[in-house]
Amino acid sequence: MKDLRRKPLRVVNLGLEIFADELKTQNVPVTHVRWRPPAGGKPHLLEILEKLEELDR
Amino acid sequence: MPLARAVLPSFYQDSVKLMRLAREIGEKKGVSEVAALMGTPANHEIMLQAGLAEDGEAYAGSNDLVLAVEADTQELAYEAIEEAKAFLTQTRVAGVGASDFLPSGLAGALAGAPESNLAMISVPGAYAAKEAMDALRSGLHVFLFSDNVAVDDEVALKREAIERDLLLMGPDCGTAYIAGAGLGFTNAVKPGRVGCIAASGTGLQAVVSQLDALGEGISHGIGVGGRDLSAEVGGLMTLHALDFLSSDPETEIVLLISKPPDAEVLPGIEEALENFDKPHVVCFLGAENPDWAETLEDAGHAVATVLKGESYEPENFFAQAGLKERVASLRMEEETAGEGILGLFSGGTLAHESRLILEGLLGEVSWNEAAGRHRILDLGDDRYTVGKPHPMIDPESRAEMLSQAAMDENLGVVLFDLMLGRASAQDPAGPLARAIKEARGKGRSPHFVASVVGTADDPQDVDEQVRILEDAGVVVLPSNTQAARFAAALVKPELLEDV
Repeated sequence: MKDLRRKPLRVVNLGLEIFADELKTQNVPVTHVRWRPPAGGKPHLLEILEKLEELDR
Repeated sequence: MPLARAVLPSFYQDSVKLMRLAREIGEKKGVSEVAALMGTPANHEIMLQAGLAEDGEAYAGSNDLVLAVEADTQELAYEAIEEAKAFLTQTRVAGVGASDFLPSGLAGALAGAPESNLAMISVPGAYAAKEAMDALRSGLHVFLFSDNVAVDDEVALKREAIERDLLLMGPDCGTAYIAGAGLGFTNAVKPGRVGCIAASGTGLQAVVSQLDALGEGISHGIGVGGRDLSAEVGGLMTLHALDFLSSDPETEIVLLISKPPDAEVLPGIEEALENFDKPHVVCFLGAENPDWAETLEDAGHAVATVLKGESYEPENFFAQAGLKERVASLRMEEETAGEGILGLFSGGTLAHESRLILEGLLGEVSWNEAAGRHRILDLGDDRYTVGKPHPMIDPESRAEMLSQAAMDENLGVVLFDLMLGRASAQDPAGPLARAIKEARGKGRSPHFVASVVGTADDPQDVDEQVRILEDAGVVVLPSNTQAARFAAALVKPELLEDV
């Protein structure tokens, strides 16, 4: 956790864009991700994706 | 009534953005109902209930945006749909300027900004744990705003974080401060020497705002999530955060705010605090321990006085000069019908503190229930936010509840909070004050008592927000603690007799 003291905060934002906007007003660098539910939000496809990712690891 | 609908396939938008869209279109003349929702089964259910979808009809996909407008005429309804589409396309284009490429996932973001060190995650709960784990495994600290994360996932995430010496703030974490920057719903406070560890959000906001007014700033404010001190999670992140603040050179004193730890977890926390090498103030709301601060307000004052090298003795609220006369004159001025108190809160911790204070003074207080003489509703709770924005983001639904409460003959006081700061509504007092003024104009009404959490540097003007409430006849107290006690005195003036 010491890195938080050594390096400036740099944020990746996944979800509500308003949070990225609020960081920008504080001059905190932020990358907003255009997030959308994986696998088109279909639970059975998501399960398959997760299994594939596990195998990958 | 004429209805127009449109489905925008593969057009995922976050819920706050959609709420703003619905509000904007809903204000158009002749428009009576607007829905702008992702096409999930749960949202389909909400639209069915609002009469904006038909029974038996298939819903769109979770990545498809559904727009529905009910208006006075068919033409107006179609017009509103077209306007909504234009609004969405415009903001999309504005969001993706040439210099502002938006990656579609964490990996893409890290490729563009490999120096990133923290992920803020506010995606729907079902996807949150996976995104948070990916972020931790990429070496990022995590601020996890999403709720509905399973407790097993929370434990796994926190263990992973600790192993990697990272912070996992949350789940359901609304507020944090890291190295002076506010994450989520935060008030603009000065950097300083007070390190805070808090469960989730509004308790931390209230205390840092109070400290700011007392001239003290914040080093870090670490949200650990409301379940961290439960038996299942075992205080994993609280202990980890204590370690972090112990070695932090900026932090001179630590403030710990939460509901009381589980009996199994308490000894470990007490041991860690005993061995903690810096001064600390503990406020476990509802715990009975003379060494700990009883209220949020006491906690803030205790920190400020310890830093001055003095010791803090809380004053007796009911013994303060002029209070008896103020209560008596308000009771004379407004002949209220009842003697019950209804608390309508946007902040969960403030709701919880009010409940504890009122129970101590008046007896039983019901929690998130429709019945009971004295009732507290935490309107940020999931049960009140289905298909509706959180009351800190959009004050309208609470304004409606205030109007209804004003007609309730059993009520003597309506008690509420007003949370200012980043990400909160721009003018939260306005709609509430309008509703209260209108209700009071109709004759007999309960007293309205409130507290405002905010600082001089917040995006809203705190003095102006207080003035708006006071103009509507609201009694505004300097803290949530005092507002609850004042409300109790209004319905039970005997509290002022034996002091």
